[in-house]
Amino acid sequence: MSSILSVIYLIGSVTFILGLKMLSKPDTARKGNLVAASGMTLAILGTIFLYKPEGQSLHNYGWIFAGLLIGTVIGVMAAKKVKMTAMPEMVSMFNGMGGACAALISIVEFNHLQGNNTSAMAAAMQHVQQAGQMLEQLGQGQFSEQRELLQSLFQVDYRGTLLIIVLGLIIGSVSFAGSVIAWGKLNGSVKDFSFSGQHIVNLVVLGLIVILAAVLLIDVNNTLPLWSHGKTAATGFNLVFYGLLLLSLLYGVLFVLPIGGADMPVVISLLNSFTGVAAACGGFLYDNPVMLTGGILVGSAGTILTILMCKAMNRSLKNVLIGSFGGSKAGPAGGTKDQGSYKEISLSDAAVVLAYANKVMVVPGYGLAVAQAQHVCHELEKLLEEKGVEVKYAIHPVAGRMPGHMNVLLAEADVPYEKLLEMEEANAELPTTDAVLVLGANDVVNPAAKNDATSPIYGMPILEVENAKVVIVNKRSMKPGYAGIENDLFFQPKTSMLFGDAKQMLQQLVAEIKQV
Amino acid sequence: MEQVSVFIQQHIELIYVVILSVFLGIEVISRVPSVLHTPLMSGANAIHGVVIIGAIIVMGKAEPGNYLALILGFLAVILGTINVVGGFVVTDRMLEMFKNKKDKK
Repeated sequence: MSSILSVIYLIGSVTFILGLKMLSKPDTARKGNLVAASGMTLAILGTIFLYKPEGQSLHNYGWIFAGLLIGTVIGVMAAKKVKMTAMPEMVSMFNGMGGACAALISIVEFNHLQGNNTSAMAAAMQHVQQAGQMLEQLGQGQFSEQRELLQSLFQVDYRGTLLIIVLGLIIGSVSFAGSVIAWGKLNGSVKDFSFSGQHIVNLVVLGLIVILAAVLLIDVNNTLPLWSHGKTAATGFNLVFYGLLLLSLLYGVLFVLPIGGADMPVVISLLNSFTGVAAACGGFLYDNPVMLTGGILVGSAGTILTILMCKAMNRSLKNVLIGSFGGSKAGPAGGTKDQGSYKEISLSDAAVVLAYANKVMVVPGYGLAVAQAQHVCHELEKLLEEKGVEVKYAIHPVAGRMPGHMNVLLAEADVPYEKLLEMEEANAELPTTDAVLVLGANDVVNPAAKNDATSPIYGMPILEVENAKVVIVNKRSMKPGYAGIENDLFFQPKTSMLFGDAKQMLQQLVAEIKQV
Repeated sequence: MEQVSVFIQQHIELIYVVILSVFLGIEVISRVPSVLHTPLMSGANAIHGVVIIGAIIVMGKAEPGNYLALILGFLAVILGTINVVGGFVVTDRMLEMFKNKKDKK
């Protein structure tokens, strides 16, 4: 590696660390992103022009630049066109691309390895030469001992490389398949799906993956009778490798399928750190420090972020992954109690309630995001403020489909930062609030999380909207929210329902309030 | 076992880097407001796109006749680039909104 390239990689690693650090503070976040991006650009250009494995420059520049160009065009288009509401899906998709990239690298390198063509082999050949020289010095007497040493050194290189390739393959494929499923779930094209014994099936698949990987690594000489089953040894070896690929993809799908949509952010964050580890495997493979540090940083930071997100929902990671909502769905359904009836409110009544309140708290949720209603919502807020009503927004940490999702949306609509209250602040103000307007939020205002120990969301901190004087809930229908459970709030006497699409409802509400 | 210790010896520097990076990652992230969780996840997502470097190396080393390596490598370069470019652009778009809000304050 040329010394300039080493310095470039060093700079790249430092920018990643700095970038992450700056990204975790509101003031410097945007700059941090740019710092990391410029470090990345530098590292990519440096690799293209300065990387010289075994003294030879890289070739296939045409292909490389064509790939970079196509990727850039697709990436920029996708990132620019995506609606703010679809942001979580987008991040998941990009993450899947990274995972797929890592898996593809592993496949190519596996074939290289089979073709005796990798740097590991070159290193092994060096050992051969060294050992040969030693042999000459020692004479024939200790030949067999030396040959054993030689073989074991060779196997260390070979096994080490194979281990990293296999790890990159497994983690990359799981991350890819999982991200695609997460993407599908968030945009509604993949439904929650679980069957009894699913955890056992998952464990079996995972066990198979481990066993196959171990077989590959232990039996590097292809001596097991398994291989000689009518086919050549190399074919059997390849079959196991591609079997691993398929099983890993399957595991990725099975891993994400049963997890409830409300937990998707946590899963995406987890898969994000998986891809980081897969990238780090590449760093090991090519002795490439920038890939290694970048990958591991994301791997560990992503894991911590995942845990932080779980904490925001007051649940453990284990609970999210194993005690999935899908599994506990039967609980609340079995205990159906008579919840009484809910009452609807007319638009003009709602307009009057809001216009004559002193303090209104808006609780936005995924319904607002889906309906793209953030701008109308801001309009309503301005209108009410003109009438002397104090309007605040209560933001639950996991409202929407991702932590911070609502903040991003409302920021897009130019809602002032001071108006957004975090959960604790909002809960402190709710008892003095006259009217709460719940816009497409459900589980984050469900009192069952506080009162009902059998509820799957029991223990999750919620916005205690029932402390306010009046609650108006806008939803498209009485259908339960993402967690799939009924919400007692809707049946309480102080609650009234306003059915319809959030955007249309808000537009009509704005028109009504203007006439009040 | 012997082979494991040889492997560790051969890669001891990389292993140090891995362990220190793990702690660094934890330290860097541990205090972050929940508002920034989404942009941070997106930014970290872009950073692991560094796997693109591996794709470039694969591509650049591929023999002209090795179609498997060429095609898979090409695909890997495209996917990796989408990850990097898309990731950074999306993160910037999210953070841009936060910034606007600050200016108006």
